[in-house]
Amino acid sequence: MLKQIEGSRAMAETIGLCRPEVICAYPITPQTHIVEGLGEMVRTGEITKCEFINVESEFAALSVAIGASAAGARAYTATASQGLLFMAEAVYNASGLGLPIVMTLGNRAIGAPINIWNDHSDAMAVCDSGWMQLFAETNQEAADLHIQAFRLAEELSMPVMVCVDGFILTHAVEQVDIPEQDDVDAYLPPYEPVQVLDPQAPISIGAMVGPDAFTEVRYLQHYKQTLALRLIPEFAAEFKTQFGRDSGGLLRSYRTEDAELIVVAMGSVNGTIKDTIDEMRADGLSVGLVTLVSFRPFPTKALREKLVGARNVVVIEKSLAVGMGGPLANNVDLALRNVAGAPQVHSVIAGLGGRPITSASLHRVLRRALVQPWDGSQFLDLNEEIVAKELHYVRKVRRSGPTAENLLRRLSEAAEKAAV
Amino acid sequence: MNDRTITMDATQKLHFYQKGTFTVGNRLVSEEQRAVQASADRSNALTCGHRACQGCGEALGARFAIDAAMRATDNNLIAVNATGCLEVFTTPYPETSWQTPWLHSLFGNAAAVATGVAAAMRVKGRPEVRTIAQGGDGGTTDIGFGCLSGMFERNDDVLYICYDNEAYMNTGVQRSSATPPAARTATTPAMGRAPGNVFGTGKSVPKIAVAHGIPYVATATVADLHDLERKVTKAMGIHGARYLHIHVPCPLGWGSLSHDTIRLARLAVECGLFPLFEAEHGVITGSQKIRRQVPVEDYLKPQRRFAHLFASEEGKKRIGQVQAIADHNIAEYHLLDQEGDA
Amino acid sequence: MFQVRIHGRGGQGVVTAAELLSVAAYREGKHAQAFPSFGSERMGAPVVSFCRIDDKEIRLREPILVPDALIVQDPTLFKAIDVCQGLKLTGYLLVNSNRSLSELHLDAIANELPVGHALTVPASEFALKHVGRPLPNAALLGAFARLTGVVQLKSVAAAISEKFPEKIAAANIAAATAAYDAVAPAAA
Repeated sequence: MLKQIEGSRAMAETIGLCRPEVICAYPITPQTHIVEGLGEMVRTGEITKCEFINVESEFAALSVAIGASAAGARAYTATASQGLLFMAEAVYNASGLGLPIVMTLGNRAIGAPINIWNDHSDAMAVCDSGWMQLFAETNQEAADLHIQAFRLAEELSMPVMVCVDGFILTHAVEQVDIPEQDDVDAYLPPYEPVQVLDPQAPISIGAMVGPDAFTEVRYLQHYKQTLALRLIPEFAAEFKTQFGRDSGGLLRSYRTEDAELIVVAMGSVNGTIKDTIDEMRADGLSVGLVTLVSFRPFPTKALREKLVGARNVVVIEKSLAVGMGGPLANNVDLALRNVAGAPQVHSVIAGLGGRPITSASLHRVLRRALVQPWDGSQFLDLNEEIVAKELHYVRKVRRSGPTAENLLRRLSEAAEKAAV
Repeated sequence: MNDRTITMDATQKLHFYQKGTFTVGNRLVSEEQRAVQASADRSNALTCGHRACQGCGEALGARFAIDAAMRATDNNLIAVNATGCLEVFTTPYPETSWQTPWLHSLFGNAAAVATGVAAAMRVKGRPEVRTIAQGGDGGTTDIGFGCLSGMFERNDDVLYICYDNEAYMNTGVQRSSATPPAARTATTPAMGRAPGNVFGTGKSVPKIAVAHGIPYVATATVADLHDLERKVTKAMGIHGARYLHIHVPCPLGWGSLSHDTIRLARLAVECGLFPLFEAEHGVITGSQKIRRQVPVEDYLKPQRRFAHLFASEEGKKRIGQVQAIADHNIAEYHLLDQEGDA
Repeated sequence: MFQVRIHGRGGQGVVTAAELLSVAAYREGKHAQAFPSFGSERMGAPVVSFCRIDDKEIRLREPILVPDALIVQDPTLFKAIDVCQGLKLTGYLLVNSNRSLSELHLDAIANELPVGHALTVPASEFALKHVGRPLPNAALLGAFARLTGVVQLKSVAAAISEKFPEKIAAANIAAATAAYDAVAPAAA
């Protein structure tokens, strides 16, 4: 049913339709509305046969999900940023054990400095943990991906996190088609565990594994994700048949057919990029976009096929690997590794800590990429003035104080000067 | 409280002593009073072939506790284990000595994982399947404390069993918040002006469990296995959060002889350092009286982790401080009172 | 695409205003996107929310930098921040106040806009009268509907009914209607 609805609420209703059996979560901005919505629905009976547990930390949240999943229940939780790190040990535990937990990640920057706004640093922090990571472009996709996530997770017995831009998607009110229960039931059968704790058939789960078999366990995890490369498009196709719309898949492209420059990005920024590309195309510029939905498994081959024809690739990402550059750009490089005549890849770091990525700024950086590409990572909309001032200051004064506070002070000083 | 004298008939009061202990042997009591372990159809939830050290108190305690729980639940039991000695020596890859469904997740989350298992059983319509979380003192009093308190606070239907050998044994005998004052460990060496673990530190998780007001809390010891089984059985008859703290000597970590495990556990009780009590909903309901009080020296002497206390005048003073702790426990839990419960 | 930026302070229902506007537009078969500028929750702090309305799918996700309309729930904000930044020269300015634009020193801005595009409306007073609390958002949306014609009053009323329990909804609809009636539509 079509609704004008807050993204978090749309997700909560859709997750409810997936018949979760154990929901446990600890509140953290910006995921709170999702779990509040779910808690409400369990109380009112809109979601039945479900235990909703208020836990005392994110570490407990994922741990409860691990226990529930190992005991055969369909388990769900949600977190962001600091919370994800607080449960980091459990994140690796869940994937190492092969438990099909689905978790919503309301993408938010990781501190210090503490920051509640959107970027992808949290997803990047655990991208190699063995969880599958799917990024939603719109709230419709955010809702839809949860249905596909349960299916994918349970098929492979491997956890999936659905990444949804905090605030930008979670707190936006827009049109979402909430599926019907019958359609979800037809698409998502009841959870059939690969391994389960059952007194009728006792097994031990979680033994120590030494050098003689650890590599093989990891290899099989990696292999499962290669199977996911085939399953994700299959399940997306099935989704289209059942629900009537395109959603999910490994990636999708927009006006790339003859593009000289192709942009690669994940999440909600793709909407703004599409508008920008239309305007640039109207100006006669040859530019296109590849939207990555599946970050893990990384769709190396599918991405390579889309990119090989271009002259330049610009990766725009809301993440920074401090000391290295852009982690998404790094992954994109992989798709073009050892390819003869491959396009050049240029890295843009944008939107960190929730800084808006504007169409105007995208125009500037993409037009620049067409004529004067750069080396290394370019920080979009970097305030070079306050950076320079800080660098100068710390060279002069040993006890220069906390960097964050200095920058904020300079910003407000600059604003006051401008107002005068 | 349990009377240690079993009356066979009105004219004959029999006292049974075996080898200088006050143990009552199984063959001399009626069927219903025998330990679960005495039965041929005990479940062997923790079966033989595991890799515990000779004389391991934890292996003994776990075997008794889990089999009692299996008996009480008609074998409908799932166990969640924290990282630690028990987890390591019972599941040496590729074998397991557990004959009950068993999950090891992480070091600090056994209580939370057990909450999840219990929730799954409820939602699946299998309320007869009960859940136990178990871990050592490290995984319970330190790193697992947050999750433990959360489970208590929610009154989740989990029995948490802590096997307390008073240090992080599996990683090489490092100090935990359950390590007693003066004890030597790898991180509280018997050196310097105040050798061994620092006085004035440590926490009593049983007391903290009582403060949470949960339905049942008890301390137990491998020196009294009947009592241990009774407490587990009682706990399994209750729904909600329950906590059992079992004292389990570790010959390796304590520097004691492997055949002294039960004797040392008894001395800990009899000198007052390990009080045995039960509590329900925040109120102590009873404690086991010390039958024949012994000075703390008798308990400390056979353990090399306390050897430095016997090597100097300073050490003697410290023994006095340990005795003061024991005396305090005796007063607090009424361990020497003649009549009635606490 | 029609872009509305709503300014106010925490606790005045700024976020709800954008949401209601988006629902009203949706009910007329349009695409609408509403979202707040996010900050720590704090009563009294300046808050901005956004609403985009279009006949086709809205893909843009940036804050509204060049609004077609500004709704200002709290006129004290003019001294605190640059409320009117980016306002299109063809745009609308709707300010919650029982004083005139001149008294608010907004003549200069009003004169840059087409005649009749800028006005004040005593939304808090309408709210106090009909709802019993000075929450001006519903009244402002009623005034907005009349001023711009971007959404109809009945759509605003339907959005309010969807969101609030019956009695509160009725009161807010009354406030919106009163404000609607008090405003003259801008010349086309």
